[in-house]
Amino acid sequence: MNSSTNIKYRIGKSSGMQILTTILAFSIVIPLILILLFILKSGIQHINWQFLTNVYKPAGEPNPGIAHALLGTLLIVVLASVVSIPIGIMCGVYLSENKKSKLAYWSSLCVDVLQGVPSIVVGIVIFAWMHQRFGYFALSGSFALGIMMLPIIIRSTEETLKLLPDSLKEAGFALGMPFHRVILKVIIPCGFSGILSGIMLSIARVSGETAPLLFTAGVSHYLSSNVFKGPMQSLPLLIYDYYSLPSSETDPNSFINQAWGASVILLVFVLLLNISTKLITRKWKVQL
Amino acid sequence: MESTIVKSVDYNAYFGDNHVVKNVNIEIPKNHVIAVMGPSGCGKTTFLRGINRMHELIPNAKATGKILLNNEDVMQMHPIFVRLKIGMVFQRPNPFPNLSIYDNVIAGYKLNGIKLPKDKKDQIVEESLTKVALWKEVKDSLTKKGSFLSGGQQQRLCIARAVAMAPEVLLFDEPTSALDPISTSTVEELFHELKKNYTLIIVTHNMQQAARVSDRTAFFYVGELVEYDDTKKMFTNPKDIRTQNYITGRFS
Repeated sequence: MNSSTNIKYRIGKSSGMQILTTILAFSIVIPLILILLFILKSGIQHINWQFLTNVYKPAGEPNPGIAHALLGTLLIVVLASVVSIPIGIMCGVYLSENKKSKLAYWSSLCVDVLQGVPSIVVGIVIFAWMHQRFGYFALSGSFALGIMMLPIIIRSTEETLKLLPDSLKEAGFALGMPFHRVILKVIIPCGFSGILSGIMLSIARVSGETAPLLFTAGVSHYLSSNVFKGPMQSLPLLIYDYYSLPSSETDPNSFINQAWGASVILLVFVLLLNISTKLITRKWKVQL
Repeated sequence: MESTIVKSVDYNAYFGDNHVVKNVNIEIPKNHVIAVMGPSGCGKTTFLRGINRMHELIPNAKATGKILLNNEDVMQMHPIFVRLKIGMVFQRPNPFPNLSIYDNVIAGYKLNGIKLPKDKKDQIVEESLTKVALWKEVKDSLTKKGSFLSGGQQQRLCIARAVAMAPEVLLFDEPTSALDPISTSTVEELFHELKKNYTLIIVTHNMQQAARVSDRTAFFYVGELVEYDDTKKMFTNPKDIRTQNYITGRFS
């Protein structure tokens, strides 16, 4: 009799625990949904074709747009990726191949430290190195974002490749393949989905970065595609800039409402990247 | 008069300070099946991996002595040439999961960047798969991924991949230990076919397998080559007491 009540008590405790975890899991989704809904509600009505294709107009003029920031973000992020993807993958390959070497130990430590460096610090360092000599230019912004992307790409590449069985490499070597071909033709293709998801997450992560661009690419109200000279606007900085300009809530073309519109664009871009990462990873996953 | 294809002279292999293969001298005749057996940790796999210089891929591994392939010392050759002449099949089937069955067979060419005309490739794929008795089973699904096959089929695909490179010697590292009994017997039957064209060196735990498939057997114990003789003689009348104890199951 005693043991049966004991079991009943434990069953009750167990289901109570399950309900609790479900509630807590759901409760973390609520703020996310609230933020998404609020940004969509505030920004979506300001988005139209002209908003995407026109550039900055002084307060009061009709049909302003954010094309200069869209182009800027695109250029800066693409250039950052061009620099950091090859370096990041190579470094990840090195770390997964040489687990015990001294250089691997120190590089791995550096990657950890780099991951923890606040983005504003990365920005100010690049500022000190470049701005004081060359002024604002978009490439320095790409450089700062590239540095922020590196640890994410390196870690995801390393972790993906470490999971591949050694037997795959041995199969390659036993067929007389040299090391570089084993890496390029066997190891990287087999871990491709993991590497790619790291790349896309790192892009999603840095395309919303504001601090490193503040001192490097700067703020601009003009459409510019010259990455070597002059400031270039980007989406996060446009939001920051417009939010601090005087404007009215009621005027649909006011800066504050443009900032909401730009927030929606940025949010949708990042969400799409995250979702497509999930889809691509699933589709291209190599069945081991 | 049978000619020797592989010969080891005072071959020693080490992992760091650990001396795992001790002074092995062995002559392997062409177009024969040689079984290498012995208890776990006796150095048989290390010796096998020494023949195509896979041993040295492991950090801290080193080897001394000579391994002669057609009287040429493989230790002096570039490992890539050695591995093109001496193919290898591993314990667990390891087809390339990112390649189709077709591409897996010609992986040695494809992944090495050797361009072949389409009809030549087709011919190699069909011949290699036929040799491993897999052609009939997969000829309609050549474009599917290698990992789509069953374990036994995957292992035969790996043998086909090694055969496609037209090597002289094939090394098998416990090729059936991850397979079920039916797949095992299919692979064992293959050995009889393959020895017409290649020399096979098979590492096995399994004494019955050694007795079934090999012409000659080498018995390793704690890194030493204890006995090397015709398989029949070895199993009926072993010379060394350690071989006798192993065969009669007194230790394993």
